[in-house]
Amino acid sequence: MTNWIDISPLDAVPQRGARLVKTAHGCVAIFRTGADEVFALDNACPHKNGPLAEGIVHGNSVTCPLHNWVISLETGLVQGPDEGKVATYPARVEAGRILLDAEFLSQRAVA
Amino acid sequence: MTQKLIVIGAGMASGRVLEHLLEAKADYDITLYNAEARGNYNRIMLSPVLSGEKTYEDIVTHDADWYETNGVTCHFGTHITGIDKVAKTVTSKNGTEHYDKLLIATGSAPFIIPVQGKDLSGVITYRDLDDTNAMIAASEKGGKAVVIGGGLLGLEAAAGLAERGMDVTVLHLMGHLMERQLDEAAGYLLRRDLEKRGITVKCHASTKAILGEDKVEGVLLEGDEVLEADIVVMAVGIRPETRLATGAHLTVARGVEVNAQMETSDPDILAVGECVELNGQLFGLVAPLYDQAKVVAKTLMGEPDVFTPKELSTKLKVTGCDLFSAGDFAEGEGREDIVFRDPARGVYRRLVLEDGCIIGAVMYGDTADSNWFFGLIRDKTDVSEMRETLIFGPAYQGGGASDPLLAVAALPRDAEICGCNGICKGQIEDAIAVGATDLGAIKAMTKASASCGTCTGLVEQVLAVTLGDAFVMPAAASICACTEMTHEDVRRMIKSQELKSMPAVWQACGWKTSCGCHVCRPALNFYLLADWPLDYTDDPQSRFINERKHANIQKDGTFSVVPRMWGGITTPDELRAIADAADKYMVPTVKVTGGQRIDLLGVKGEDLPAIWKDLNDAGMVSGHAYSKGLRTVKTCVGTDHCRFGTQDSTGLGIKLEKTLWGSWTPHKLKLGVSGCPRNCAEATCKDIGIICVDSGYQISIGGAAGMDVKETELLIQVATEDEAMEVIKAVTQSYRENAKYLDRIYKWMNKVGLDWIKDQIADLENRAALAARFEVSQSVFRNDPWAEHVTKAETYQPIANLTLEAAE
Repeated sequence: MTNWIDISPLDAVPQRGARLVKTAHGCVAIFRTGADEVFALDNACPHKNGPLAEGIVHGNSVTCPLHNWVISLETGLVQGPDEGKVATYPARVEAGRILLDAEFLSQRAVA
Repeated sequence: MTQKLIVIGAGMASGRVLEHLLEAKADYDITLYNAEARGNYNRIMLSPVLSGEKTYEDIVTHDADWYETNGVTCHFGTHITGIDKVAKTVTSKNGTEHYDKLLIATGSAPFIIPVQGKDLSGVITYRDLDDTNAMIAASEKGGKAVVIGGGLLGLEAAAGLAERGMDVTVLHLMGHLMERQLDEAAGYLLRRDLEKRGITVKCHASTKAILGEDKVEGVLLEGDEVLEADIVVMAVGIRPETRLATGAHLTVARGVEVNAQMETSDPDILAVGECVELNGQLFGLVAPLYDQAKVVAKTLMGEPDVFTPKELSTKLKVTGCDLFSAGDFAEGEGREDIVFRDPARGVYRRLVLEDGCIIGAVMYGDTADSNWFFGLIRDKTDVSEMRETLIFGPAYQGGGASDPLLAVAALPRDAEICGCNGICKGQIEDAIAVGATDLGAIKAMTKASASCGTCTGLVEQVLAVTLGDAFVMPAAASICACTEMTHEDVRRMIKSQELKSMPAVWQACGWKTSCGCHVCRPALNFYLLADWPLDYTDDPQSRFINERKHANIQKDGTFSVVPRMWGGITTPDELRAIADAADKYMVPTVKVTGGQRIDLLGVKGEDLPAIWKDLNDAGMVSGHAYSKGLRTVKTCVGTDHCRFGTQDSTGLGIKLEKTLWGSWTPHKLKLGVSGCPRNCAEATCKDIGIICVDSGYQISIGGAAGMDVKETELLIQVATEDEAMEVIKAVTQSYRENAKYLDRIYKWMNKVGLDWIKDQIADLENRAALAARFEVSQSVFRNDPWAEHVTKAETYQPIANLTLEAAE
């Protein structure tokens, strides 16, 4: 059972950029790729909690601004020689609006 | 069973023997005796030490630590007084010690002419570091020096002493200087060059006596002329140091006689270096000494090897003069000369031909083609066909200018490239074969061009030839995994194809990813910005977070904020505003930076626009402490308050900062302006440093004080502040247009060469054009990003707040 909630217009997030969504249990980063896909991930690199929303987005990946770990936006998996995983949440774009699954977010709150 | 090897003498030859033995892990317990109270140094480099270009530390090749690390027992400052070849022992003041194998490497001793007064204090020979230090000490008092001997050694001594401010006279017995290497005409040019430097040269001058009571006061010549002298340098020649060998009843002619295995008449005693004689030949140059060292090591390890002397040329280096001689250039029956003179340039070339071959060559003033001529001599090439143009060198053979690399390509493997270190072409090729692809790597692996550097061009040509023809050129590192192209390739494409956007670059250069990566995008963004300042729109998403948000990210994700302080000047009002901002935004740490500014550390990302606005309102702008662009211009107080300041260094610093601020560069750019050579602003370790002096402004570049620590090198000195400003704009623009992204100026300088940059600046038209392009670019970028970003403060906030939803 999903509970899509409207976050903002797509244009509020720059292409190959990110913005934050505040939740009761920390921030979730909403990424927008060059192809206008949208992804939601915890805003913390598994390495040293680097703020992923500040990283450079390329393809469907983001590079952490602190130590250049590269993380897949689709799976949350750390790429290349490093290892780790960032929690991901369902997100989509509909009629130019970004939608997030509040159900998942609340599960995150419980977790 | 481990055998005991005793080595007498720590010179360049024996040093090389030890290296070979240790490298091969030869089974020897090694003890070294050296009469000098120190280990091995590069004796060829004593001249630069004398002239002050280098220090002793620069020329040490093996210090005490090296011997200790390698398990060599050393007795420095200890003379061996006797060898007993029957008992197999050596004797010194420390007692008697047994050897299984003995290596005599006693080198040569200066020849002392037996005149009255030769033992007076102030008579110095020129052979080792002690001699060099004695000359340096003597020169500190100034006065007059007489150098006896107009050969290479004497002239080096004369040049060095003149450099140190002494009034120098060279006495030479023969009719012209360096008569063994040069003919009369070249000797004349050399003499003229030396006289231009204030050195007096007297030929046909025979020393009758050295005058003085306890110390030298003068020199008496045949003909009864008296020259005043505070020191006398005796540099009339050297002879093999054979006293120990003679005392041990080894076979000694002029030198210690050895066979091709470098064994003396006693097979357990070997000899190497300047003290040996093989088939009547003595050896003074480094290359054969090093060849001998290799053979000594092999013989000691019981491996077969033979030392074969090779024909050698001498590329002579009298400090500041360019001369070359090879082969036999005496006149004789059936010999013909080809001579070329250009008196205005001071260039002289002479070739001696016999039976259609060159047998000798002398060159002065321009020795660029010397290796080619030497090759013709050694290979006994028939030059009849090219006789008409022969003297002009390889570039003019075959009817037109040919590839200068061909001459290098034609050199055999054993052609000596680096005389200082005795490195042959083959050794450089070997280094290239195992991965050396640039001058730095060649230096590190072979030592070629690592001493005096006159062979640098030749080494580079060997690199070009070898990498171009015999080897596949290893692909230069590409920017990142998105492309095969190097930074340089891409920069060329951007300019030549007029690529003005990132997608255009990706398309034209065949990027393998849809939109690059965090490595290439910031580089491309800079290149496009630098090349097309009026056409290209900056892409914040291709900037590292610091530049995108105009603040430095810290390890906890907070930011630091640094307002600009022009030239390091602030006011009480600004300080109050900074203090107020620190209070208001609960800044945990306030720190003075290394660049004379105040750093507010620990500001939350969403507070940035607000704190900037407060600082803007107090008249301050972004300090760009985060940018690959101008950071700071550090200054001292100059003439305003300092009793030593020669110019308004603070004023110049402010002017520079107001001109350069906001500019983007390949890497961060830091400047320093010091008001006098006391250099309180530490300008000589900045990317660009200005030292104000009475006569103007010394502008130097390429300093660093980060991962590498570098002193700047002088670019130019100019008389006025306006010229200084133009030069700095021009050099900054040249750096922006040419350097690789993330190369500091010193790295760029290492690639293009300081001389190239000097040329860019020396050409006044080019300098003005560079400065003008800089201004065009700055018409776009000289602005405050804080003020601009304050207007989009909402983008620094979260797009949504779900704390309530999540709580439900």
